[in-house]
Amino acid sequence: MNKTADVVVIGGGSIGCAVAYKLARLGFKNVVVLEKGYICRGSTGRCAAGIRQQWGTEMNCLISRYSIRQFEVMNEMLEYDGDVEFRQNGYLMVTYSDKEADMLRENLNLHKKLGIPVQFLSIDDVKEIVPVLNTERVVASTICMEDGQANPFKVTDAYYRAAKRLGVNFYTYTKVTGFKKQGEKISAVITDRGEIATSTVVNATGPYAKFISEMLGHQLPVEPERHQIVVTEPLDPFLKPLVMNFYHNSYCQQVVNGSILVGYGNPKEPKGVNYSCSWHFIRELAEKVIDQFPVMKDVNIIRHWSGHYGISPDGQPVLGTVPGVQGYYLALGCGKGFMLSPMIGELVAQCVAGKETTLPIDILNVERFEKGELIVEPAVV
Amino acid sequence: MSVVTDKTIICRCEDLTIEEIREWISKGYDGFEEIKRATRIGMGACQGRTCRRHLLIELARAGQKSPSDIDLSTFRPPTKPLKFGAITGVDKDE
Repeated sequence: MNKTADVVVIGGGSIGCAVAYKLARLGFKNVVVLEKGYICRGSTGRCAAGIRQQWGTEMNCLISRYSIRQFEVMNEMLEYDGDVEFRQNGYLMVTYSDKEADMLRENLNLHKKLGIPVQFLSIDDVKEIVPVLNTERVVASTICMEDGQANPFKVTDAYYRAAKRLGVNFYTYTKVTGFKKQGEKISAVITDRGEIATSTVVNATGPYAKFISEMLGHQLPVEPERHQIVVTEPLDPFLKPLVMNFYHNSYCQQVVNGSILVGYGNPKEPKGVNYSCSWHFIRELAEKVIDQFPVMKDVNIIRHWSGHYGISPDGQPVLGTVPGVQGYYLALGCGKGFMLSPMIGELVAQCVAGKETTLPIDILNVERFEKGELIVEPAVV
Repeated sequence: MSVVTDKTIICRCEDLTIEEIREWISKGYDGFEEIKRATRIGMGACQGRTCRRHLLIELARAGQKSPSDIDLSTFRPPTKPLKFGAITGVDKDE
């Protein structure tokens, strides 16, 4: 194991691997990634694989817009010998109430301002795009055909391999157990396999981020929140865009191998790390699925799992420096880490390098929570 | 005489041959979870009922370990495929 490193990135998910890759591209020679399990074990490997620009805050829209530009050329950009399976099949947003419809309209104004191609749809349009969707209660709907999906394992693998080729060292099954500090400065990372002297640490551990922060004496208000998903047997293509329903708090999308991935957010879910799967979830989900897609009643669920959002109080990413701990950087997508990973990798790497960032990220600094300057994302599921 | 050839399918749901699996193992994807994510082995309709044992033997052989020393991938619910309609009971009159 390395005795020293220029930068230690903690977390081997899509963000950790993307940050490491971008650091290497910016010229850092000695970058180490520490992962307590295997690459993609955590939230990336458990996520729903969706990629969208239809958010309700400017920063979420911009980071996702810039990220999509990178997903579009990712196989070539990372010289990947596989396929990251990026597909722009669209995200269809569906609402059942006037209040939710108003949110869509407000978001639409923002999207127009930022040049994101989102369209308002009539019920007939919706029926044409997704003939199997029950449109009885639909009040308003929007679609963005640039949105879509990618394979989280492949995206992370592409960054991992590209980073390795540039000399980044990855240590899997290596757990961070503490740090050494000199005053406010970080001087070493302590792991269960030895110690690495470094002045710079990037925390890309998603739902575990607050536990890493605690080891550095920093209170981070990013909480693990369990989300569950099921996947069905593979079917012939019948569902082109991902359908996100704000009444049901659910999303449903057909992925490249033909399986349908479907899940919903439970607003009463207690905070904390919990990998169990509940029958209650699957019971409620089945009702939601059949209400929206009556044909799905005969489709088999083959697997059910859970993962976590590391959710911030305003549902927006937490990026950049940390007041009071020198050399400590946060790279947290907060419930959308996978889809934002290309840009979070770029922005945080630029920040670590002391370069000007492609997008202004000061607004996403962790300080905002103490100052009470929250920018709440309304369009979260 | 072995009946296994390079082209023998070891994961029927995902159409994976033993040759492909050996190739991924030699690239360093040498744990159950890693190779599952790289190839989708065991992620099909049967959820690894057949391939799990074959993969275990391959990983043991490649790592010169005993199969009992290799961690399996997580067994996830449901145990058998389950229709959405069976869960809500919309099928009960049929």
